[in-house]
Amino acid sequence: MIKKEMIAMLLAGGQGSRLGVLTAKVAKPAVAFGGKYRIIDFPLSNCINSGVDTVGVLTQYQPLRLNTHIGIGIPWDLDRNIGGVSVLPPYEKSNNTEWYTGTANAIYQNIEYMDSFNPDYVLILSGDHIYKMDYEVMLDYHKEKGAEVTIAAMPVPIEEAKRFGILITDENRKISEFEEKPENPRSNLASMGIYIFNWKTLKDGLVENASQPSLDFGKHVIPYCHANGAPCYAYEFNGYWKDVGTLNSYWEANMELIDIVPEFNLYEEYWKIYTKSDSLPPQYVSSDSEIEKCIIGEGSQIYGKVYNSVIGCGVIIGEGTVVRDSIIMNQTEIGAGCELNKAIIAEQVEIGDNVKLGVGEEAENETDPHIYNHGIVTVGEKSVIPSNVSVGKNSVVSGVTTAEDYPDNYLASGKTMIKAGDKA
Amino acid sequence: MRAIGIILAGGNNHRMKELSQKRAIAAMPIAGSYRSIDFALSNMTNSRIQRVAVFTQYNARSLNEHLSSSKWWDFGRKQGGLSVFTPTVTSENSSWYRGTADAIYQNLDFLKESHEPYVVIASGDCVYKMDYNKVLEYHIAKKADITVVCKDMPAGVNVDRYGILKMNEESRIEEFEEKPIVAKSNTISCGIYVVRRRQLIELIEKCAEEGQYDFVKDILIRYKNMKRIYGYKMQDYWKNIATVEDYFHANMDFLKPDIRNYFFRQYPDIYSKVDDLPPAKYNVGAKIKNSLISSGSIINGVVEDSVIFRDVFVGNNCTIKNSIILNDVYIGDNTYIENCIVESHDTIRANSYHKGEGDIKIVIEKNDRFVI
Repeated sequence: MIKKEMIAMLLAGGQGSRLGVLTAKVAKPAVAFGGKYRIIDFPLSNCINSGVDTVGVLTQYQPLRLNTHIGIGIPWDLDRNIGGVSVLPPYEKSNNTEWYTGTANAIYQNIEYMDSFNPDYVLILSGDHIYKMDYEVMLDYHKEKGAEVTIAAMPVPIEEAKRFGILITDENRKISEFEEKPENPRSNLASMGIYIFNWKTLKDGLVENASQPSLDFGKHVIPYCHANGAPCYAYEFNGYWKDVGTLNSYWEANMELIDIVPEFNLYEEYWKIYTKSDSLPPQYVSSDSEIEKCIIGEGSQIYGKVYNSVIGCGVIIGEGTVVRDSIIMNQTEIGAGCELNKAIIAEQVEIGDNVKLGVGEEAENETDPHIYNHGIVTVGEKSVIPSNVSVGKNSVVSGVTTAEDYPDNYLASGKTMIKAGDKA
Repeated sequence: MRAIGIILAGGNNHRMKELSQKRAIAAMPIAGSYRSIDFALSNMTNSRIQRVAVFTQYNARSLNEHLSSSKWWDFGRKQGGLSVFTPTVTSENSSWYRGTADAIYQNLDFLKESHEPYVVIASGDCVYKMDYNKVLEYHIAKKADITVVCKDMPAGVNVDRYGILKMNEESRIEEFEEKPIVAKSNTISCGIYVVRRRQLIELIEKCAEEGQYDFVKDILIRYKNMKRIYGYKMQDYWKNIATVEDYFHANMDFLKPDIRNYFFRQYPDIYSKVDDLPPAKYNVGAKIKNSLISSGSIINGVVEDSVIFRDVFVGNNCTIKNSIILNDVYIGDNTYIENCIVESHDTIRANSYHKGEGDIKIVIEKNDRFVI
């Protein structure tokens, strides 16, 4: 008989639209992070490091990159005889076929998967946070408290609390009330979107609310369980936890990795983060280069000058090019004599010679100021930028662009240029 | 594929000096991220050879660890796979491998139980890329009994530590001498052979009956007139690691753009065991010139014309020039290292000074990591 004490369900189907062009072709959990990782590596590594060896990954939006990245789970040792990682996309049924319409709805549609492992507990995770957490400790807490639902929560500054789902608890950390993005928060304990449920409680909550449109954990399932008397507890977490939902927070989280001793340390032996690494050669640094305060992935070739930046694997930075405060993802090639300031360049981009990114006066983005801000220039995956052009701040370029697309060889600050096509 | 593979990785060499104390040559780290056996293994998998046996004997722990999973070279298949054969005691035999032919003889069942018609024999101590299918096609076209891959060395290179061969105009080998005092040609054997499996079994069994143990001396040289032994010339990069000098230069070669490009960016790739290490990190004070840096390393000082392997820490105000720093070395602040090979897992205390004068210096300090 198959039996797993706790299995994990990882929600990885969202688009993450606030990352703009970075998620135009890939789901947010598959976005590159920290030189060689992808965001989903963090929850997956946490699972295996916590002894959770059965993980269902729920995918929906642009799953190709995610599917190829996860494969059968070899990098995380999740290729198991029983359990391991399973990618769970929405599927057609004999009646009532639907997409995953909400977080809990996605889980509801996979009750059969969870039932097959006969679990006592189910851990619900989301694939868009950077953190290291021992879910086993959280499970111990869940058992010790006699909880049926445990929500991981972290204290946030009270003035920021109104951006989060807030938990109001008694001195035992038993939750008495939930407030979703409250105007006047009564507590600063913010939900991290990590839940442990007793399987029976979860199943009941899902089945009873199945007809609810866009069934959601925070809005429907947890309040239902709470209202039905299931003891709900908050599990306080005080380690590093970063939501990388916006371009600016994504940029900041990457930059935090290059501190001398970063708060989030990838270099510790304990609690390793695993990723699908191709077997890649070391990186080459030429005689004319300068590198300071950077992390650089395998197989990259640096001929220019790079400061305060996070560079992925297989990147080429040409001679005389100066890169500052930027994130450059895997397999991007940058020509000679370029200047990059506070740029986020997605994967497999081709940039010509003498290109300047992030120059000129700051101006608000014309189409999506809530996405492209803080002076960051963003370049989408497989884009091409021709030689001898400049791009201003808060602007975004995506697709194959040619010199004609840049009047006076300059794309002003705040402009959005989304063109068709991929780099050949 | 029509062949199985054998990789001879048992050897050691006193000319590797202290570097051989820890490991067989086949396990020597190369080019920042590889071990020398990775080249033969990757060539096998890229030539679509699915069944490979590695024969090891000398200090095989490091090699065994490296080969602990066959998945890195994609050998972990139901069809075929990677086997590591060390000498074992049997009712008939309690000897170590007394030579390369003896190593094959002691594992003759591996040959007998295969069904592929050919065998590719390679050694684990060479750096090269090769499609063995090309040699096999040549072998079949020549109707050869054994094909030996060979290479013309540039004039002036000392070839007295290689097997030297001379071919007639049809490429049939007429003369073969092992480590001659005076070499009659500059064509050397690369230690890569293609032979029909049944032919090999026959030769090896005969060899064993006669109490002979060496593949080169007792098979190639002894049978060179009786059997059709042909040479296949390879033109591309090939380097054998037998001395500290060789080893040093084989690594430094990867700083040359054409060689780096050939191995790192052209099809097919070389594979190695993947360590889950974070990207390399460069802090304030890092100054890198013309060097290879591998993942997991943290650099705070100056590195010039050097190869830095995985998981190396270079302290503040250090200078490393023209050196090779092997895996997992910690180098304390204000240290100066020039013309050296620093042995893996070592800890160099702060304010150390190491310089190879004339020769390459091998640095082994064996300090404790956490007392500095």
